[in-house]
Amino acid sequence: MKKLKKIKIKINGKIKTIIDKLTLYELINDLKIPIRKVAIELNKEIINKKEIKKIKLENNDVIEIVHFIGGG
Amino acid sequence: MANKKFSSRLIVGTGKYKSMNECAKAIKLSGADIVTVAVRRVNISDKNKPLLMDYIDPKKITYLPNTAGCFTSEDALRTLRLAREIGGWKLVKLEVLGDKKNLFPDMIETLKSTEVLSKEGFKVMVYCNDDPLMAKRLENSGASAIMPLAAPIGSGLGILNKTNIMIIRNQTKLPLIIDAGLGQASDATIAMELGCDGVLVNTAIAKAKKPFEMAQAFKNAVIAGRQSYLSGRIDKMLMGSPSSPSKGII
Repeated sequence: MKKLKKIKIKINGKIKTIIDKLTLYELINDLKIPIRKVAIELNKEIINKKEIKKIKLENNDVIEIVHFIGGG
Repeated sequence: MANKKFSSRLIVGTGKYKSMNECAKAIKLSGADIVTVAVRRVNISDKNKPLLMDYIDPKKITYLPNTAGCFTSEDALRTLRLAREIGGWKLVKLEVLGDKKNLFPDMIETLKSTEVLSKEGFKVMVYCNDDPLMAKRLENSGASAIMPLAAPIGSGLGILNKTNIMIIRNQTKLPLIIDAGLGQASDATIAMELGCDGVLVNTAIAKAKKPFEMAQAFKNAVIAGRQSYLSGRIDKMLMGSPSSPSKGII
């Protein structure tokens, strides 16, 4: 069996190794993040959540996932 | 405000509470229908961390995303664009700080951000200094509400410059909301008596010894202050004026 290629991404400041060609949607699902309650930035560009199934992650991608928390 | 009607003139923050439960209960008791919220990274390693949205229903209470913690226009714009993406909100609170110790707003960066956000269709409520000239410039830049500080954020000092607040009140028809620095319920009453349209309170409630009681006190204080303002206070006089008729004294 062919070994899957791995890539490194940075998500919320932490380096993570994932399999190549993983989509942003699959990554967020794997992390069990409720998509409706967050906003996602990929390489400083805000991502339209309707598009995340089409976005394939690449080596060195920087992802930020944010939500609302308590604040003044 | 921003073409939407709200039932309470008290806006409360959701930070600094001991727990989400305490925060939700205090908000309910305050009667506020707008709460400020911060935008922060999702904790990807601890997925069981409670979510604000599970405690405070954004369908019932209007979330007002805030740029607290931003020190540049760039960071503030990024934060609010992300906030819009989370929930589709256009009503936001802009806060660009200039100093980590006194937490005063950087008005140059704030003004720049207000211009950009207004052009992008945001309804921007702007945290600012109690400077009438700067308040005017914000208004001309498309701000939806002017939110001057009473005193430094979290200081509890109350309204330090009533004169400036009155001048700002007289020059603007925009909603004027005192933001930051209130320490007790009477401070909110004073703000309302100066003619402000509302107040924003976080620390004074969240860090009170009894947050639930203080939330109610602020609710009542805002109502009392507004009624007092609308009732038209008496003139101030140097000498006394007896309350009982002088005629018929035995």
